[in-house]
Amino acid sequence: MTDKILLSRMEAHPADSNTIARYLDTGGYTALRKALSKMEPADVAAEVKASNIRGRGGASFPTGVKWGFLPPDTRPRYLVINGDESEPGTFKDRMLLERDPHQLVEGIIVSAYALDVHQAFVYIRGEYPKPARRLQRAIDEAYEAGYLGDDILGSGFDLDVTVHLGGGAYICGEETALLSSLEGRRGEPRIKPPFPAIEGLYAKPTIVNNVETISNVPWIINNGGATYAAIGPETSSGTRVMSLSGHVNKPGDYEVVAGLTWRDLIYDIGGGILDDRELKAWVPGGASAPWFVPAEHLDTPVTIDDIAKQGSMIGSGAVIVMNDSTNVVGAAHRLVRFFSHESCGQCTPCREGTTWLERILARILDGYGRPEDIGLLLDVSDNISPGLRWPPAMTTICPLGPSATAPVVSMMRYFRDEVEAMIPGGHGEVADGR
Amino acid sequence: MSSTWSTENQQRAEEVLGKYPEKRSAVMPLLYIAALEHGYVSNDAMREVAELTGLTSAQVQSVASFYTMYYREPVGKYVVSVCTSISCYLRGADDVLAAIEEEAGVLDGETTPDGLISVEHVECSGACGGAPAVSVNWELIEGLEPDKARDLIKWLREAKPEVVFGDEMQLLFGGRPSFDWGPKEIEGAIAPLPAFSPYGTAKGEKR
Ligand SMILES: Cc1cc2nc3c(=O)[nH]c(=O)nc-3n(C[C@H](O)[C@H](O)[C@H](O)COP(=O)(O)O)c2cc1C
Ligand code: SF4
Ligand code: FES
Repeated sequence: MTDKILLSRMEAHPADSNTIARYLDTGGYTALRKALSKMEPADVAAEVKASNIRGRGGASFPTGVKWGFLPPDTRPRYLVINGDESEPGTFKDRMLLERDPHQLVEGIIVSAYALDVHQAFVYIRGEYPKPARRLQRAIDEAYEAGYLGDDILGSGFDLDVTVHLGGGAYICGEETALLSSLEGRRGEPRIKPPFPAIEGLYAKPTIVNNVETISNVPWIINNGGATYAAIGPETSSGTRVMSLSGHVNKPGDYEVVAGLTWRDLIYDIGGGILDDRELKAWVPGGASAPWFVPAEHLDTPVTIDDIAKQGSMIGSGAVIVMNDSTNVVGAAHRLVRFFSHESCGQCTPCREGTTWLERILARILDGYGRPEDIGLLLDVSDNISPGLRWPPAMTTICPLGPSATAPVVSMMRYFRDEVEAMIPGGHGEVADGR
Repeated sequence: MSSTWSTENQQRAEEVLGKYPEKRSAVMPLLYIAALEHGYVSNDAMREVAELTGLTSAQVQSVASFYTMYYREPVGKYVVSVCTSISCYLRGADDVLAAIEEEAGVLDGETTPDGLISVEHVECSGACGGAPAVSVNWELIEGLEPDKARDLIKWLREAKPEVVFGDEMQLLFGGRPSFDWGPKEIEGAIAPLPAFSPYGTAKGEKR
């Protein structure tokens, strides 16, 4: 079973897949009717758990398990949808919001019913006014149709949904920073525990899920959790929207079932390498992920666990492809500059470390690299994330700081000779690389 | 309610305040409305938002300064934001930025003396499949090559559109998008802030 779940409507009806008329015409809001009329909230949660779906926002945490963390008695509870999508390489939630917003709205209502939530928020990055408009229009249509508001479809269940726009800060995608931001504070991550499910928005139990994760919920309720779980490998169930960008001939969002190989993804789906050049490396799961290279990884399967076993992550599903024209120091610099710019500044290793890494890479790029810079890059990385392992050791409140070492360590592991060749005075005498 | 604001913006503020269980949560949307009122997030704007949310001016300032989209200095009528993050970098974004700087006659971070155009580089705009990506007042253009980027600046200067529509600019100057955009949008930007009701958008029937 390889049918598309999330993109089928927009592909079949490109002209109006975002409207309520088209949504209803293609089976929309049947999951809501089914849930409200035939299922108890616990049954809905049980189906989501049975689907084995793992979060699509980056951490791949099992959604049903997360939902189970809510303390049984505390009210109110909140549901917050994470549409902050700012990890370089990622552009899937934007498509889901613009092209099929009702799918998400229905997912929100059904999930809120399962979780006994009466107020949900969708946090959308500030640079996404169009996705926010499309979603707001869908929400307005849902209110008019009686799918939102008081006594939804006569069930006695009430729900309001508020769309909140960010102000341009990647870190607000991290769930605790997102909640701080939604409370009207600086978007600074908080120390976990407590996890949001216990103490989240306004210190109340809060479930934070990604746009794509919740967009799957209507299908899961219509078809059953077990049916969803049967798609793809056991621990990477369902479909996933992968964002392909960089040096491929056909960049775009593609809905795939896990288990295909990187070769399938990059050469078949992505149409091969731009300008008929050789593939040099790719980032398998967003800017934070350690790189993969053809000699080691091209014929390995794309699943959450296979990628993790090989020392990287599927993350947000963003694949950034680099061909052999790529200057690896330039690429690493761009990635590190991003983390340096987006560091919230609370933790010294992250704030200082990312700034140093950026500066050292910039001077190598400008031709002013020093032989000791090779060792220095690894040393600074090691100070941010001791041992330079993956998943990274944490010295910081959130994983942003440690993530910033991934491009540097990857560059050194696979392309150290190219870095050395860019440093005047030649091949250094320097510290151990990995 | 800040009585110096236009009636329309006061209504917008009221609508926003009604959407959250706690007033403080409205600080971000209110900052956008204040920017619409003042042209940017001035000290007065922050004071007014403080009044509306029951925070101190210092608290509002500390929030506003955390985010990149609250301009605390005056900016141009059109803010042209060029993504120079990794996927756009790999597809030539630096050349696009250079072309825009040259055509506009200002450098990254500057505004033209006539106050029309500000140029800035930004991190990933979520349009990596349509790299290189540029936005004008947060209305997106994908697949914008350097020559077309120059045309875009010329067009802004000559046409001076009151409302900026992504679809229109994409048609005139854009290339390969991240995905099929589907139907045309009916709303566009009227200021350098996200065109999202109730922060301020304009409807229009555009080609
Ligand atoms: C620095 C950082 C940025 C993040 N950005 C996002 C984001 O933009 N969108 C998102 O859904 N999750 C993001 N996450 C993951 C969230 O913290 C959280 O795990 C996720 O929203 C939970 O939803 P899920 O379980 O459905 O994936 C980010 C995490 C970190 C550490
Ligand atoms: S690791 Fe960096 S981004 Fe995360 S909380 Fe610390 S300083 Fe902020
Ligand atoms: S890297 Fe430019 S839009 Fe994502």
